[in-house]
Amino acid sequence: MSMNRREFIKLAGISTLVGVGGVSVFNKLQNNALEASEFTAGPEALNAKQWAMVIDMSKFKTPEDYKRCMDACHSTHNVPDFNNPKDEIKWIWPETFEHAFPGQEHKYMNEETKEKSFLLLCNHCANPACVRVCPTKATFKRKDGVVMQDMHRCIGCRFCMAACPFGARSFNYRSPRGKDANGQPLIKEENTAYPTRMIGVVEKCTFCTERLAVGKLPKCVEVADEFSKGALVFGDLADANSEVRKIINTKYTIRRKPELGTEPSVFYVIGGNDYAIVPELL
Amino acid sequence: MYDSGKIIIGLIIFLALVTFPFYNNIGKVNAKPELKIDTPEIQKLPELERKCVEPKDFMRGGHMQLLNDWRDSVVRNGNRVYKNSANKDFNMSLQNECMRCHSNKKDFCDKCHNYMAVVPYCWDCHIAPKEKKL
Repeated sequence: MSMNRREFIKLAGISTLVGVGGVSVFNKLQNNALEASEFTAGPEALNAKQWAMVIDMSKFKTPEDYKRCMDACHSTHNVPDFNNPKDEIKWIWPETFEHAFPGQEHKYMNEETKEKSFLLLCNHCANPACVRVCPTKATFKRKDGVVMQDMHRCIGCRFCMAACPFGARSFNYRSPRGKDANGQPLIKEENTAYPTRMIGVVEKCTFCTERLAVGKLPKCVEVADEFSKGALVFGDLADANSEVRKIINTKYTIRRKPELGTEPSVFYVIGGNDYAIVPELL
Repeated sequence: MYDSGKIIIGLIIFLALVTFPFYNNIGKVNAKPELKIDTPEIQKLPELERKCVEPKDFMRGGHMQLLNDWRDSVVRNGNRVYKNSANKDFNMSLQNECMRCHSNKKDFCDKCHNYMAVVPYCWDCHIAPKEKKL
């Protein structure tokens, strides 16, 4: 087949038109989305710029208090108990002062603080290292400051676990749906309103986004209020009138490893003696 | 062509094998999956409210797209309320909203998915409702 330049250009022009036109027609056909539909946050949703928590250690009296918060969180979110520290999944957990605040301990420290358990959870950092390293953007920072995990996207690379300086992330080395050596389910009582996770994904505390969306405070805060009002206080760090800001303004608070620059949003009140009291919280 | 006899016989056998599924099924009616949408929960609803989030025809072809949009909206944007084309609000949740009515995963989701040989991973994490008998 021979073809002169004129014919070739004509043919090329026509095929371009057909191609471009075809694509737009195809897109029209594809676009069967519903125009009237819309997504909203719901009327009761709580909003903030940066959610934060203040943990008043003086209000945790017994190991039972920690356990209540932890059990409530873990049973609400279907966190499995692998009964093995190597595989442990933890959203909220106790730790000694020395391990929670390395470098701050010294030999003249009072015994109580030295031996006390501190309640740790994801710090929902303002500048989270885990979000920076995630190759699939499975972990990301929401508009309200919560560092969130999209389990649908997590590929289980565990970069975030290596990046997080607080050990707040746990990997599902085994299927959380399985059973332990005694034939007991790893998730003791399934909460059917919340999903489980699957083998090969990383999980952590989410500041109870599912509860914030319906106007409730995180589960641990709710439970802590039952035994000691103000043991865990939750609020917007960006709002100068929020409860958390009032405490941070009036009491001396510390954060875990602030020198790393991740700007943790969980603050600890260590002392809690009567020289620093917020009247509103009494 | 060398060995044309063998090659042609081989080709015929090959074609016969490859096309076997087609001529074997010619004329046979394959039972289409019939989805059950009469769970106890749906029967309890008043007649007028027995409507899915969107029209049936859209849901049949586009439920996967809708679920994807819901997922992105809830997980990534934190928006959990869906206003449908009839201006009604729904809580965007597979586990708590879809399956609240369609509590028969086996006769609803699985039937069609098995027929079409698609394996969505929803139930690796989301908890399916307990199967009930009508």
